[in-house]
Amino acid sequence: MPTMDFQGKQIEIDEDGYIVNLDDWTKELADHIAKIEGIDMTESHWEVVNFLRDYYQKYQIAPMIKILVKEIGKVMGPEKGNTKYLYELYPGGPAKQACKIAGLPKPTGCV
Amino acid sequence: MAKFTAKPDELSKIDFTPPRTRWMETPVEIREHMFCHAAKPKELDVVGFPNGHEWRPQDEDWKLPENWERMLLEKMSDLLGKYRSFKVFMDICVRCGACADKCHFFIGTGDPKNMPVLRAELMRSVYRKNFTAAGKILRKIAGARDLTVNVLKEWWYYFYQCTECRRCSVFCPYGIDQAEITMMGRELTNLLGLNIGWIAGPVAACYMKGNHLGLEPHTITSSVEFFLDDIETITGIRINPSFNRKGAEILFVTPSGDLFANPGTYTAMGYLMLFHELGLDYTWSTYASEGGNFGFFTTNEMAKRLNSKIYAEAKRLGVKWVLGGECGHMWRVLHQYMDTWNGPADFLEVPKSPITGTVFENAKSTKMVHITEFTADLIKNGKLKLDPSRNDHLKVTFHDSCNTARGMGIFEEPRYVIKNVCKHFYEMPEDTIREKTFCCGSGTGLNASENMELRLRGGFARANAVRFVHEHYGVNMLANVCAIDRATLSTSMDYWVPGVGVTGVHELVGNALIMKGEKERTIDLRMEPLPGKEGAQ
Repeated sequence: MPTMDFQGKQIEIDEDGYIVNLDDWTKELADHIAKIEGIDMTESHWEVVNFLRDYYQKYQIAPMIKILVKEIGKVMGPEKGNTKYLYELYPGGPAKQACKIAGLPKPTGCV
Repeated sequence: MAKFTAKPDELSKIDFTPPRTRWMETPVEIREHMFCHAAKPKELDVVGFPNGHEWRPQDEDWKLPENWERMLLEKMSDLLGKYRSFKVFMDICVRCGACADKCHFFIGTGDPKNMPVLRAELMRSVYRKNFTAAGKILRKIAGARDLTVNVLKEWWYYFYQCTECRRCSVFCPYGIDQAEITMMGRELTNLLGLNIGWIAGPVAACYMKGNHLGLEPHTITSSVEFFLDDIETITGIRINPSFNRKGAEILFVTPSGDLFANPGTYTAMGYLMLFHELGLDYTWSTYASEGGNFGFFTTNEMAKRLNSKIYAEAKRLGVKWVLGGECGHMWRVLHQYMDTWNGPADFLEVPKSPITGTVFENAKSTKMVHITEFTADLIKNGKLKLDPSRNDHLKVTFHDSCNTARGMGIFEEPRYVIKNVCKHFYEMPEDTIREKTFCCGSGTGLNASENMELRLRGGFARANAVRFVHEHYGVNMLANVCAIDRATLSTSMDYWVPGVGVTGVHELVGNALIMKGEKERTIDLRMEPLPGKEGAQ
């Protein structure tokens, strides 16, 4: 199993760089993964990550993109409740890149 | 792993020159972007699959169990005894080559080992060496070879480059079903813990939580609630479906992808709207919450175990029959295996539409009806009010899913439904539809992201046919009845034929359906303006 060095610890990750043990996640680790992804975490980025983590805690899966869009729109105003805005924040895709930073596993199946 | 960046003009230059060496002397090269990650041991352990271990396909050492050759040959012997079809398919091929250029993976890769005849020969050669007198004595002259680590790797690489679509079998004069050979190949690799993560993950989730995505009951209901909010915004009508309701007449089962992945979610909205409009006495289940069956891509026994919950839930709830949603391989399992695996479902009744009175004699034994059969019957009997002009901005073609087309002969029903809800429908060339349909390129659990080159090469033949109708008739929407199609054809179209969207048939139905008491519609199920209503919002 591949690992990632972080603050003197070996964090287990999968082949695509997602953390394996969700308990390993900290804000600092999220910052670290974001840097690897080439993303400078701003407050807007954190809004998305925090929503993803809250949703995951409640539902045990990352939200559908349309739920994410709607919820971000509610919190941050309708001008930000669209896919374009989310892609501007996370060019690698809100589902993939933002989930990776939020420490959530990828969904699998007919998706 | 480096990111896959090849552009379409690069990928479409396919080299059909075979290697200079004979096939047995050409070792397998496990190429990046052409294979899926290994299964995680915990996902195999949870369902009791043997020999789960950490390994990587690209590594030299696959950390195989010690006596793997003996285990594998013993299992092969078992399978030959158990499945007459497997034995026959190992014996009867005359290598005429009729199948050679019919496979979407051969068309897209030019790799001779993707010719169905040669993919099967990878296994036949080992069969001959170990199970036939001629092969034991004459060895290579009789086309026989030993089972070695390299042979095993070759099996793995190519049996996970076959989507069990069965197009080749349509052209085989003997009717050899390559899917059954691949299924045996996967069963054998699975025995050694050599499954892939994209299959093992959904199987484990389905076993533990009832569906591939691992959606828990409250996640399912919240997802449906979300659709209901959107439907209310679009139509002004609040729908109240039921979950796990005992005494409902019909149990509805659909792939979990419909509940959580675009554009499948719009298809799910279409189901909800249709059933509401009919006043159908039906229920969703949060237990039998998966129509698909990734177990089918591991072993027949696993597929049987995962499938069993559908009848179990139908019995628990006391429904009369089961209605199934738009899914592909789900229907191969339901139509051709379910009855013998988990039947007879003699506690259910022969399905009868409560709206039209039509008795679905074709589903007399399984008691499961495909939703396009159900909806086509409604339209035929004039039970739906439809306004196809709401789909006027769409020029639609239909992709026959391999499993509903070749696996159960559903050709007319989806077309009949589409033509009644859309005014502009165009067929792709005849060698690429109906029983000769081309695979999406990513079926049988190969719809991961790390194997993107394989997926796009596999999807090339289908995409070419779409490109033809896109260029000739301006087709801009590819309809289908499968959740894997909806997810994977979107990727394939964005790459090969930009400008063509992907939709389920019941999304089109939901848009055209005139519902009692609805407000004037200005947006479609994707919340985009309807044709002529662009200024209404």
